[in-house]
Amino acid sequence: MDKFVTHVGTAVPLRRSNVDTDQIIPAVYLKRVTRSGFEDGLFSAWRNDPAFELNQEKYKAATILVAGIDFGTGSSREHAVWALQNYGFKVIIAPRFGDIFRGNSGKAGLLTIQLSQHDVEALWVAIEAKSDLEITVDLEARTVSYGKSSVGFVIDDYTRWRLMEGLDDIGLTLKQTDSIDAFEKTRPTFKPQTIPAK
Amino acid sequence: MGKTLAEKIWQEHVVRSAAGEPDLVYIDLHLIHEVTSPQAFDGLRLAGRPVRRPDLTIATEDHNTPTQNIDQPIADPVSKLQVDTLRANCAEFGVRLHSLGDIDQGIVHVVGPQLGLTQPGMTIICGDSHTSTHGAFGALAFGVGTSEVEHVLATQTLPLIRPKMMAVNVEGELAPGVTSKDVILAIIAKIGTGGGVGYIVEYRGSAIRAMTMESRLTVCNMSIEAGARAGLIAPDETTFDYIKGKPHAPEDWDAAVAYWKTLTTDADAKFDHEVTLRAEDIAPFVTWGTNPAQGAPLSGNVPDPSAIADAEERGAAERALVYMGLEAGTPLKKIAIDTVFLGSCTNGRIEDLRSAAAILDGKKIASSLRMLVVPGSARVRLQAEAEGLDKVFINAGAEWRNAGCSMCLGMNPDQLAVGERSASTSNRNFEGRQGKGGRTHLVSPLVAAATAIRGTLSSPADL
Repeated sequence: MDKFVTHVGTAVPLRRSNVDTDQIIPAVYLKRVTRSGFEDGLFSAWRNDPAFELNQEKYKAATILVAGIDFGTGSSREHAVWALQNYGFKVIIAPRFGDIFRGNSGKAGLLTIQLSQHDVEALWVAIEAKSDLEITVDLEARTVSYGKSSVGFVIDDYTRWRLMEGLDDIGLTLKQTDSIDAFEKTRPTFKPQTIPAK
Repeated sequence: MGKTLAEKIWQEHVVRSAAGEPDLVYIDLHLIHEVTSPQAFDGLRLAGRPVRRPDLTIATEDHNTPTQNIDQPIADPVSKLQVDTLRANCAEFGVRLHSLGDIDQGIVHVVGPQLGLTQPGMTIICGDSHTSTHGAFGALAFGVGTSEVEHVLATQTLPLIRPKMMAVNVEGELAPGVTSKDVILAIIAKIGTGGGVGYIVEYRGSAIRAMTMESRLTVCNMSIEAGARAGLIAPDETTFDYIKGKPHAPEDWDAAVAYWKTLTTDADAKFDHEVTLRAEDIAPFVTWGTNPAQGAPLSGNVPDPSAIADAEERGAAERALVYMGLEAGTPLKKIAIDTVFLGSCTNGRIEDLRSAAAILDGKKIASSLRMLVVPGSARVRLQAEAEGLDKVFINAGAEWRNAGCSMCLGMNPDQLAVGERSASTSNRNFEGRQGKGGRTHLVSPLVAAATAIRGTLSSPADL
């Protein structure tokens, strides 16, 4: 996973709420067995609409997506995160995210930032007034800055540290193998096992 | 201070806890299917890591699989590759797999309980958001993404930040014809698609206690549609009776039950949030929009977005009505349906098929629509056939299919066409969920059956 410390880029405003992961990438695109190439399915139902924000020339270079409340609800498909990353997004900003989507993003190195509805609205207005508005996301300082504005955001220390160091979660947990071994010895014997099949 | 049920289960599974870090939580059972696992197995292979506990892991094929001609190779080459990849991965890493055509194949969330692998007090994960289903047994069960699937394969644990606790109380007695599906749709409409974000929900109250095990599974299944990663119900005699005799039921039954009986929320435990519904207020409920919170009692009308105060909700409702091709004020019972889908991890169990068959027995479905009946597992299909339910459906004019996720999601051959409108017992009415341009109304099995007969959204009381 790449380290994430700061990101400077332009943004695309997505004035829609409840963009569930089926909208981010429909199930028909989930059949690949790799982690790449999912950008072709990103927002696929809307990509034929010339008015759709991602189709507008002025937003083509955007690397930050600013969406409405409850972005990424629904299905647990991590393909939604991969599709956004494969397309080129580094940061998603919204007033609230689906839990699983947010967790998946953190694992895959896509930064999700929760700002208030008010701050998201202000950001939308600023981007719509100036599509090449430069936005700086500073994970170390926990701020989103543009023009003369700077807004703080909350992220737990552990996730922030992992993203900034680009750490592999599994590698970290495998350092705790002794604790896992010890825990397994305490598990009740009546708990089921799948093998042998009964 | 006392603890909630979820807090107790959580605490019993903490492998390691350190200040400023997530808890490392042990996972008792890992369910796998073909869609969210290939990249996880690939990650293991690249890092040279084995599956730590194949004996706590089980796989089945459900999302991609066709529900017709299952003795022939899967026609879609990309679907076939994904299923073949699962088969190769399970063989390579020693994971038990129930493939299409196997007696224990079916939707992953139907297979776990029917094998008796889902038990109270367990932690259960799957790369599927409807893993919350298993919470009906008093288990802490939740959906994860592919990175977390790989993490559990490698370590049998997950680093997790403990969610907050929410109680949803349903007190009183449900009226005849009102099902657990109506209850959960009413709960979601009340708390919204984001209302449960950051919470584990415990469903409580006399109406929940009175439900059968399979009805409870339907309630917990849709927790994620209210944003909650997990939902659970304290185990009781109903739970124990259901597990007894299942293939993987504990051999040391008394020890297991003695433990299971400790799995209740303490009287002095405190929830971070509480919501209460009166069972008597809940009627047959259907959705009119494009998220599961956009629902209303079947006796009502398509709502008028201009009457919605919240600007976000109003905009969402306006867009939903355009997509759904509906006009504000239209009585819901006037909405004509093209396809009725009975099945899914929400409503594809034997009780669901029995209740729908009881309505359809001796009747014909409307000539204006088609009806697909898709058992949740191969064993549910066999059970239904042993009871003659297949004949009821076929004689009524419905299609009797093989087990799988089928029309719940547009990933296998069972899909809606553009503009086609369904009454579906599944869990999501998102745009395009059942096929690009398809329009979904979520309903209970009883409403599905009555709708199939009348051709418009209906409850059995309308027959």
